[in-house]
This record gives sequence, structure tokens and C-alpha cells, in this order.
Amino acid sequence: MKHLIDIMELTTEEIDEMIETATRIIESPEEYSERCRGKKLATLFFEPSTRTRLSFEAAMYELGGNVLGFSEAQSSSAAKGESVADTVRTVGAYADIIAMRHPKEGAPLVAAARSTVPVINAGDGGHNHPTQTLTDLLTIWREKGRLHDLTIGFCGDLKFGRTVHSLIGAMSRYENVKFILISPEELRIPEYLKKEVLDRKNMEYTETTDLEGAMADLDILYMTRVQRERFFNEQDYIRLKDSYILTPDKLKNAGEELSILHPLPRVNEISVAVDDDPRAKYFEQVLNGKFIRMALILKLLEVK
Amino acid sequence: MIIGKIENGIVLDHIKAGEGMKLYKILGLDSLDCQVALIKNAESKKLGKKDIIKVDRMIDVNLDAIGYVDPGITVNIIKEGRLAKRTHIEPPDEITDIIKCKNPRCITTTEQEIPHVFRLTDRENRVYRCVYCESRAE
Repeated sequence: MKHLIDIMELTTEEIDEMIETATRIIESPEEYSERCRGKKLATLFFEPSTRTRLSFEAAMYELGGNVLGFSEAQSSSAAKGESVADTVRTVGAYADIIAMRHPKEGAPLVAAARSTVPVINAGDGGHNHPTQTLTDLLTIWREKGRLHDLTIGFCGDLKFGRTVHSLIGAMSRYENVKFILISPEELRIPEYLKKEVLDRKNMEYTETTDLEGAMADLDILYMTRVQRERFFNEQDYIRLKDSYILTPDKLKNAGEELSILHPLPRVNEISVAVDDDPRAKYFEQVLNGKFIRMALILKLLEVK
Repeated sequence: MIIGKIENGIVLDHIKAGEGMKLYKILGLDSLDCQVALIKNAESKKLGKKDIIKVDRMIDVNLDAIGYVDPGITVNIIKEGRLAKRTHIEPPDEITDIIKCKNPRCITTTEQEIPHVFRLTDRENRVYRCVYCESRAE
């Protein structure tokens, strides 16, 4: 494994290994605080994403390494028209590993083909975001102690939600996982995902518009935001953005063991009143994101 | 309508009716200076109607491109007026620079020099997807 572009490139064994490393980091952070001493991470963010960038930077600092980079395309040579391939080859002269976010889908794959150092896809448009999926997997593992025998509800924008698509793909490799797909009609999961992932792997899934009705069956509820930037038409966004808002009242049918996840940032789809519910795990999820990125950096840099 | 035999060249037969022009363009036959015949809606026992392309010169044809357009096409190599070789095409696993990705969010729309690569993701339905953004080829 030299780069991480798509979560499906990872075997379940590699995922297990990173979850194990992340767990060890959580238990004994001091043992890892010097592992990347002298190493540099370049965060090449061609579009802003404060959360993901800070998570990568915090991960590298906690491993004892250093960070350089830029946080928007205007402050990079891309503004002068430089290609992605040339940018990563240049940055490879300064850094040991690259985390790249780019608005164009497939840009990190182009980068990986030319880069002399490992490239991590930190999100390419509406396409892939594998470290978010690793974050979700670590969170599920920490909450449930397993990645199999689970019923997972996905709620909100299942059409454009890349985190949903990636997590469905990743979870479809484990035994006895069921999906309940909760969304308005217009934001249902794309047909190709049903055909090429769910049907091909004989996954059990149901589609519904009824969040409360599905609640009692769920081990995990994965909420998502309806993202303004994925719509070409502002009116469609406004019409659909408030489709599902999770409130304490809607949780009344949910089991005590439910875990509520959200890739964040949220707008209003989870009421702030839910934050104090012990089943709300989305801020733990943020922390898990840093730990799994630490594990990933160690793996790609082949640091023991 | 009568189109004469060719002595040395290539005949692409059993092209699905209506697909001949697409193949003509993809194979870049418009740039040839030899005789090229595109026959549309010819009678066919097997297909009812079919398109045929005849090229009056031995050229290297891109079998991947043909396999992408329609793997039912047969490629006949004609030498000295006789059929020298007949090839049945399989859909290729990957095609490069044959079609372009239409997804406006794909990196290929802004990076001019990267190859346009599509991979066969569903053999049964012949679905090709861009390797960069996974959009389905149209």
C-alpha cells in the first residue's frame, strides 16, 4: 500500500490493522509521540476544509512530525495554472507524505500516479473521502466492538453523500450487515450503487422515507447533511435541506445501544438538544478521525 | 446500391444499425485519404439491419475502440481480394483515449494532458466507468 485514494483499495485485513494501531495510540499516546520525528506532511488543500486539514495536521503533530502546505487553491501554484502532477512532484521534494483535497474528482489519483511520496486522498469533490470512512469504521468498532452483524441506518442525502456511498461500500464486505436507507424520494441512493454494490453482494437493504419507523431496528444511525455545494439548483437545495431533523422526540423508539454518527459539519439536521444524549457519538467520531489518520500516516510511511 | 469489393483492406461487419458513424469517428477514419465506405442499414440475416464500414487500405484498427462500441462487430482483413482473417471482438477491460469523460467535476476536464481512461465495471451490461471520477461512459 503506497497511497490511499479509495477506501475499497484497502483489504479488510489492512483496515483491521489500522484500527488496531489506532486503538493502541488511544491507549498509549505517549508511545507514538516521536514516531514521525523529522518527517513532514504536506497538506495540499485546493479547496477549503478546515476540519479535515486540522485533523491531518493534529495527527502529524501528535506523531512528532511537522506540517507544511496551503489551504486554498488561490495560495498555491494551481492559481498560475500548474498541473496537479507537477505540484505533487514538486512537493515531493519537500515532504515525506501528502494529504490532498481537491474540488475535481479523481485529482488525487492523478497525483498518486506521478508522486514520489505517498498521497492520501483527503476528499475529491463529491467522489471519495477514504479517511472519513476509516474514521467511521473506527467509530463503529469502538462503539460496537465489531464490524459485522450490524443494522445501519443512513439518513438524509443518500444521493450525493459520498461518505454514505463509501461507508456502504466498506461495510458491504462484512458478514450480516443490513442497511436501512432513509431519505426523501429525490435523494435516494443512486441506482448504480444498488446494482453494482448492494445487489452484487446480496446485501439486505430497505429504502424508506420514515426515520422514526426505522429507529427501533438500528444499531447505528448515520446522519448526513444535505450539502448546498452538491446542487446545481439552489431551489432544490432549499426545498430538501430540512427533510430530516433528528430531535430527542424522534429518538423515543430507538434502542439504548444505538450510536448516532455524523461526518460533520452539521447544519441543523441534528438538533443541539441531541448532543447530550449518551447515544450521540459524532464528537467522539471527530477524535477518532485524528487517531485513524495517525495510524494511516504510520502505515504509509512504514513507521513501526 | 452497389459498393465494390476491396483488394486489400478492412471490412467492419455486423455493426449495430446506427452505430456506424460513431465508430467511423472514434476510429478516426475521417482522416484517411483512401476510399472508405460507410453503409448504413444494410440488410442482415442476423441483425435485420446493420451498418458496414469498408476501408480500402490495410490500417491498424483500434480493436479496443471497436469492442467498446459493439463487441458483436466482426473485423475482416482482406488480402488480394480474399478474406485473410476474421476477428470476433471481446469488450476490452480498459479503454484509453477513445472517449472523453463528460462529468464537469472530473479532473480530466481541467488537466489537459492526462489520458482519458475508462474501465469495464459491469461486463454483463457493458458499463464503463471513468477511472478518475467513476462516472458512467455515455
